[in-house]
Amino acid sequence: MSASAVHSLWTTAADPISKIDAPKIEYGQLSPTLIVVGAAVVGVLIEAVVPRKARYYAQVFISAVALIAAFAAVVALAAGGYATTKSGIAAMGAIAVDGPALFLQGTILLAGLVGLFTFAERRLDPAAHGNRVDSFAAQAASVPGSDSEKAAVKAGFTTTEVFPLLMFAVAGMLVFPAANDLLTLFIALEVFSLPLYLMCALARRKRLMSQEAAVKYFLLGAFASAFTLFGIALLYGYSGSVSYATIAQVVDGTIPDITPALADTMGNDALLLVGAAMIVMGLLFKVGAVPFHMWTPDVYQGAPTPVTGFMAAATKVAAFGALLRLLYVVLPGLRWDWRPVMWGVAIVTMLGGAIVAITQTDIKRLLAYSSIAHAGFILAGVIATTPSGVSSVLFYLGAYSFVTIGAFAVVTLVRDAGGEATHLSKWAGLGRRSPLVAAVFAVFLLAFAGIPLTSGFAGKFAVFKAAAEGGAGPLVVVGVISSAIAAFFYIRVIVLMFFSEPKPEGPTVAVPSPLTMTAIGVGVAVTLVLGVAPQYFLDLASQAGVFVR
Amino acid sequence: MSIPLLTATAALPAIGAIATAAVPAAQRTAAKWLALLFSLGTLALAVTVLVRFDPDGDRYQLTESHAWIKDFGVRYELGVDGIAVALIALTALLIPFIVLAGWHDADPLETGSRRWRPTQGFFALILAVEAMVILSFEATDVFLFYIFFEAMLIPMYFLIGGFGDRAHEHGEKVASTQRSYAAVKFLLYNLVGGLIMLAAVIGLYVVAGNFSLQEIVEARANGSLDMATNTERWLFLGFFFAFAVKAPLWPLHTWLPNAMQEATAPVAVLITAVVDKVGTFAMLRFCLQLFPEASQWATPAILVLALISIVYGALLAVGQRDMKRLIAYASISHFGFIIMGIFAMTSQGQSGATLYMVNHGISTAALMLVAGFLISRRGSRLIADYGGVQKVAPVLAGTFLIGGLATLSLPGLAPFVSEFLVLVGTFTRYPVVGIIATFGIVLAALYTLVLYQRTMTGPVKPEVSAMPDLRARELVVVAPLVVLLIFLGVYPKPVTDIVNPAVKQTMSDVQKKDPQPEVEAAK
Repeated sequence: MSASAVHSLWTTAADPISKIDAPKIEYGQLSPTLIVVGAAVVGVLIEAVVPRKARYYAQVFISAVALIAAFAAVVALAAGGYATTKSGIAAMGAIAVDGPALFLQGTILLAGLVGLFTFAERRLDPAAHGNRVDSFAAQAASVPGSDSEKAAVKAGFTTTEVFPLLMFAVAGMLVFPAANDLLTLFIALEVFSLPLYLMCALARRKRLMSQEAAVKYFLLGAFASAFTLFGIALLYGYSGSVSYATIAQVVDGTIPDITPALADTMGNDALLLVGAAMIVMGLLFKVGAVPFHMWTPDVYQGAPTPVTGFMAAATKVAAFGALLRLLYVVLPGLRWDWRPVMWGVAIVTMLGGAIVAITQTDIKRLLAYSSIAHAGFILAGVIATTPSGVSSVLFYLGAYSFVTIGAFAVVTLVRDAGGEATHLSKWAGLGRRSPLVAAVFAVFLLAFAGIPLTSGFAGKFAVFKAAAEGGAGPLVVVGVISSAIAAFFYIRVIVLMFFSEPKPEGPTVAVPSPLTMTAIGVGVAVTLVLGVAPQYFLDLASQAGVFVR
Repeated sequence: MSIPLLTATAALPAIGAIATAAVPAAQRTAAKWLALLFSLGTLALAVTVLVRFDPDGDRYQLTESHAWIKDFGVRYELGVDGIAVALIALTALLIPFIVLAGWHDADPLETGSRRWRPTQGFFALILAVEAMVILSFEATDVFLFYIFFEAMLIPMYFLIGGFGDRAHEHGEKVASTQRSYAAVKFLLYNLVGGLIMLAAVIGLYVVAGNFSLQEIVEARANGSLDMATNTERWLFLGFFFAFAVKAPLWPLHTWLPNAMQEATAPVAVLITAVVDKVGTFAMLRFCLQLFPEASQWATPAILVLALISIVYGALLAVGQRDMKRLIAYASISHFGFIIMGIFAMTSQGQSGATLYMVNHGISTAALMLVAGFLISRRGSRLIADYGGVQKVAPVLAGTFLIGGLATLSLPGLAPFVSEFLVLVGTFTRYPVVGIIATFGIVLAALYTLVLYQRTMTGPVKPEVSAMPDLRARELVVVAPLVVLLIFLGVYPKPVTDIVNPAVKQTMSDVQKKDPQPEVEAAK
């Protein structure tokens, strides 16, 4: 090192501290996330200071307002051209503000809002000691079956903490698909995962099962997070950076200035391949792709049904968004390596989900396996590696999430003495007893099965078309075959509802408040509109299909 | 701007379906009349289409074209050629009879929830099927066709699974299990066929870049769209598989006997006379036009399958104990004739096949609906439970006989003309195939006459001795069908005039000329 260099180094360090630039935060571009985080913090304060009776109303109000405001902010950003003509990288390169990010954030916020309605539903469970209760435990800390639990129920406690938890989860999910460096990705992953683990444990009925589900989810999720973190470390070791853009340049070999240290590591493909594989593994765990799907059925079954619906919809959106960005922005130079692997994952996911679902006897488990099969279909669109691949995945995610929330909302309505009647045998003859509810559920099932004139068909067609154009013809054939297998079990439920004799001691269908009705109504409306006239939304998705780097 | 006639023809039954479904639970009779009214209105529109259609005009007429899903390259494109016009007319004609014949089939047995409205549902579903069938005859966009081809399975599925014959020897519980089995089998077979077609539809898009039938056919004809031989064959197979399930062609036929046996007679007519025609129609319109070379490549194999269908269906029909199953197997045999006529690639064969679709619709409707009336009187589908009916119910027996004779293609009744044309058309190109197919006719005589003999002649069985003859409503259903059978048997020209130009164009698409008569060749 020359003397002058040392000198300049020394003089720079000696500059007054006041001259260090504060990090520049683009509040406008980050506003959707900030609003939701703010609401979550306010929600925590409400728990601390507002009287118990008023908490529910305050929380629901704050959450709903925040989600709507955040959605308005997303729309404003998109209208300002961030989705189409310009894009930004905010918060010192940590967050990308581009088409896919805004589209997915909008979807997550709407899914969160509809999910919030199902969270806030208080008319389904019979009132306990004169107090209206929701689907969540009276007091999470009380031991199931203990006296303290009984006391909590008698006092009419409700776990209103779920609302700030929901907000934190939504905030994490908003950042996850927009994360533009690996550390932000990991932090977002943890921010949305931890509240989800907690919410899974909060069921009012069948509490032990719910807690078991939460523990399973947490343990497996922690493993997956550890893998992701290890992968991040390896990629950092490989490229000397956590920034998506820099890593991509190193992978491509187009990075302008190669320092001696970087020259050493960037030739080491093992670091790159193992690191990338581990990060992708963590993301595939979150989307529930085979062979990282083991948690899905247990968690979907054990978690309170509103949480299941929200989780099934929003987590999938966020995780697929992050996966898309990782594969399309960071690792396009590696696509000859990851495409074959993802081919295999997509095939086993589609077939595995569809085949195992056939033998399920619980409606929530059945929907869990069906969500695995759907993850496989979406992966087929991811593999396309074309702009139409991105837009088809975006469209599919939007279509799928509302159907999912709607379907789980219907599940909350069918109840017997033990709470929700999720065993399939209890659904026999539902079509005779409550034709409307059964018909709505049949619409959702047909959408899952991808029957034309529903959103499921438009989405499936979009991803298969993208896959076929991207040279993945055999994948389309496998997709079509697994759709046929999947159709079998969706139809089995329809047969059960409409063509079986109702059982005398069968479940009753609770009449929900307008909240759940809205959630279901939105699901039906989205299903039909996206099925019959999807053009506007396809345009939206294809305009939003370009990543910033 | 004039009214878009084709859209209106399909929209009217769709609106009717919604209106019928919305009728309150107590007003069952109103729902029935409403459905009948809408089906008659659709018939009027279909007749208007028939009148406005000029057989010597453009290939596709009354066309409509609007942008729909730009991203998928899908347009809302309708247009009819002669073949489609004939089949739309057939569909619109049969639905009022189906509605009338099924007048009491969906009256609720026991009172369920006050919102449970099976009657309204039954008639709404029939109208929904009609709308989708008409749209799939009209669509000239492959994707648009596919959507309705698939979507019609859902109302059909509920019609089969939700409504069955009233009396059943093993009681309602067994009946409903068998019904839902039949419905699921129907749906799965057709859904698998449809999903395989979906893969081919996507493949077609990747190759051609759009879904417009006319554009693709044009581009293929002038050489601007080149399809690799293998690609074309795979795509052809994808399409053909779906249509062969629907048609149904041996060995993909096994859903039909179950579905027809378990469904009520009007619904069985709806399946075989209306919905299945979409399969054979689509072979003519899509398989031959989109993939002419692959069609010729596959012709030998398809002819063999069609022959097997003809003989196998007829043989199994002979052995049936269940009246409705017998008619189902007879239909499989007849669909074999239709497919043989299409793939014989002669103009007589294809005109005959189209005419056959129309005539088979009418004759099966007549036979099946009378059989349905008979079954509803005795409460059994088994042939052995009947005997001597012609002595107690002569009109019923007489119409049953005419329906049966039409099924065996007696000269003078409509199906004779079409069967003759198909056989002649096949014989000029494939004499051996034509000869073997003739056995189908012989067997047809056997199964229909034996059916008639066992049920209608002989000593009067005590259980049928008090059987009432056809009622006024039933006569209204059967009489026009019988008149039509006789009329088209004597004078088929109105139908052939409409159909022939369209067939000629299809033939020119596959670049096939009729074989020259031997005498001329010898000159």
